[in-house]
Amino acid sequence: MRQHFQSYPEPSLVAHTCNPSTREAEAGESPGVRDERGGIRVASVDQQLPVLSVLSMEKPERTEVVLLACGSFNPITNMHLRLFELARDYMNSTGKYKVVKGIISPVGDAYKKKGLIPAHHRVIMAELATKTSGWVEVDTWESLQKEWVETVKVLRHHQEKLEARSCNQQQNSPVLEKPGRKRKWAEQRQNSTQKKLLEPNTKGVPQVKLLCGADLLESFGVPNLWKSEDIAHIVADHGLICVTRAGSDAQKLIYESDVLWRHRRNIHLVHEWVPNDISSTRIRRALRRGQSIRYLVPDLVQEYIEEHSLYSAESEDRNLGATLAPLQRNAAEAPS
Amino acid sequence: MKNRIPVVLLACGSFNPITNMHLRLFEVARDHLHQTGMYQVIEGIISPVNDNYGKKDLVPSHHRVAMARLALQTSDWIRVDSWESEQTQWMETVKVLRHHQSQLLRSATRVEGPDSGKTPSDTAAAPELKLLCGADVLKTFQTPNLWKDSHIQEIVEKFGLVCVSRVGHDPKGYILGSPILCKYQHNIHLAREPVLNEMSATYVRRALGQGQSVKYLLPDSVIAYIKDHGLYVTDSSQKGRSIQKNKGKTS
Repeated sequence: MRQHFQSYPEPSLVAHTCNPSTREAEAGESPGVRDERGGIRVASVDQQLPVLSVLSMEKPERTEVVLLACGSFNPITNMHLRLFELARDYMNSTGKYKVVKGIISPVGDAYKKKGLIPAHHRVIMAELATKTSGWVEVDTWESLQKEWVETVKVLRHHQEKLEARSCNQQQNSPVLEKPGRKRKWAEQRQNSTQKKLLEPNTKGVPQVKLLCGADLLESFGVPNLWKSEDIAHIVADHGLICVTRAGSDAQKLIYESDVLWRHRRNIHLVHEWVPNDISSTRIRRALRRGQSIRYLVPDLVQEYIEEHSLYSAESEDRNLGATLAPLQRNAAEAPS
Repeated sequence: MKNRIPVVLLACGSFNPITNMHLRLFEVARDHLHQTGMYQVIEGIISPVNDNYGKKDLVPSHHRVAMARLALQTSDWIRVDSWESEQTQWMETVKVLRHHQSQLLRSATRVEGPDSGKTPSDTAAAPELKLLCGADVLKTFQTPNLWKDSHIQEIVEKFGLVCVSRVGHDPKGYILGSPILCKYQHNIHLAREPVLNEMSATYVRRALGQGQSVKYLLPDSVIAYIKDHGLYVTDSSQKGRSIQKNKGKTS
């Protein structure tokens, strides 16, 4: 698999593409770039073939990764869910990482975004959407906080949680079970969100990385939306996995930012070949116009929305005139 | 409700495999026709193409029919029809339309008691059968020798077309560029997919061939079926349970 676009000289910043049309049609070749240590093919992302990792000459120590997606999820769509799948396939295919869990963390109501419906609905929809997923789950910690929580704090919270659990379970590999039943929003406890590990191959604590689309990367430039030290901590302490159609735009953003450039090794760009633009905004618009959203969101989510008549012209006007929480907070704290 | 013309939408294609995008075509088309105020869509039919179509990588029709059936389990108005796939040879789309039209006429002349409410009670007209397709299909009318001119004419004149827009295509332009289409443009309905969703069965097949996830691009039940039957795997992939057929089974 050839490295795709290399406009900028730094070799470690590559946009790993899973482009079917450029890959050689070779038998069994894994998507993604060859391992940087010198061309060792690693196991394909197919989880049914763990034997290949034993047969490879070295057994690379894979860093375990947890993908965390923060956002409104208003509502969650198939596109959000696809981000996880694409990111996992890509990270696993590098041979350096092993994605063990995905976390959806819906933002709290205090975010004050226009059209944001109550968190408990958004959480339940996300739970319905991930019911059939064996590795992606919903976490309500962020949505339960009274004040809006910066993304870096959510990352930190989840990283600390993993570290705490790791201290408690040093001998055994963590066995993570996903609860089979739909949980009530209010009943979720701290330790109940666990998933089954397929291959206990733990070396250290899993790293929590922020999963996002290109829009989040672009939003780093919006005045007062992010604190620059938060951006620095996100890329330095955690890492970013950005799924995007426009890889060169994303690369340019990284190149033009000193802090992103410095931590470019921690920023992974996953190219999405198929425009899958199922934005929540458009979903809400379609609903207001009485248009079908079937097959754009999981069936259970569509049914839930219908049952509760969640989205309307009225709901779209929620928080009208309010200032978005980060803008308010950062403007207040900024030196005048 | 006023006297709306009942409509049945028929989609022909490989459905290799069926995806959420195919299913969206129906939803978008139905919304569009309803919003004109003139039509009432009462049924959708998916008609997977015959194996003898000869398209590369086409898996046997019984699989494609089964997958479509699974995908439509949760739909209360769309169904699969295997008639086309069961014929001994490939047949032109217009013949499939004619077949289904005569089926509809036959049902319409039967005495109709209170049914599930699909047929509006205020009209005894047989439903109009329309061909549902993406804008890419409209473009293929221009491909030399792919369609007979007389067939194109019959499709737009006698039946009608509902065409769902797709990025990179210019359906209005295709219509204007063709005398036949121009003449019957009143019978060609251009529906706009409000949410861009460009994923294709080709992409899905490649992803499957590479062992990548296709979750959320097609119904879970279809993905499970594909895995159970070892469909769309590359020849060298070590899916032991798969039945490896030599013909056209690469990604």
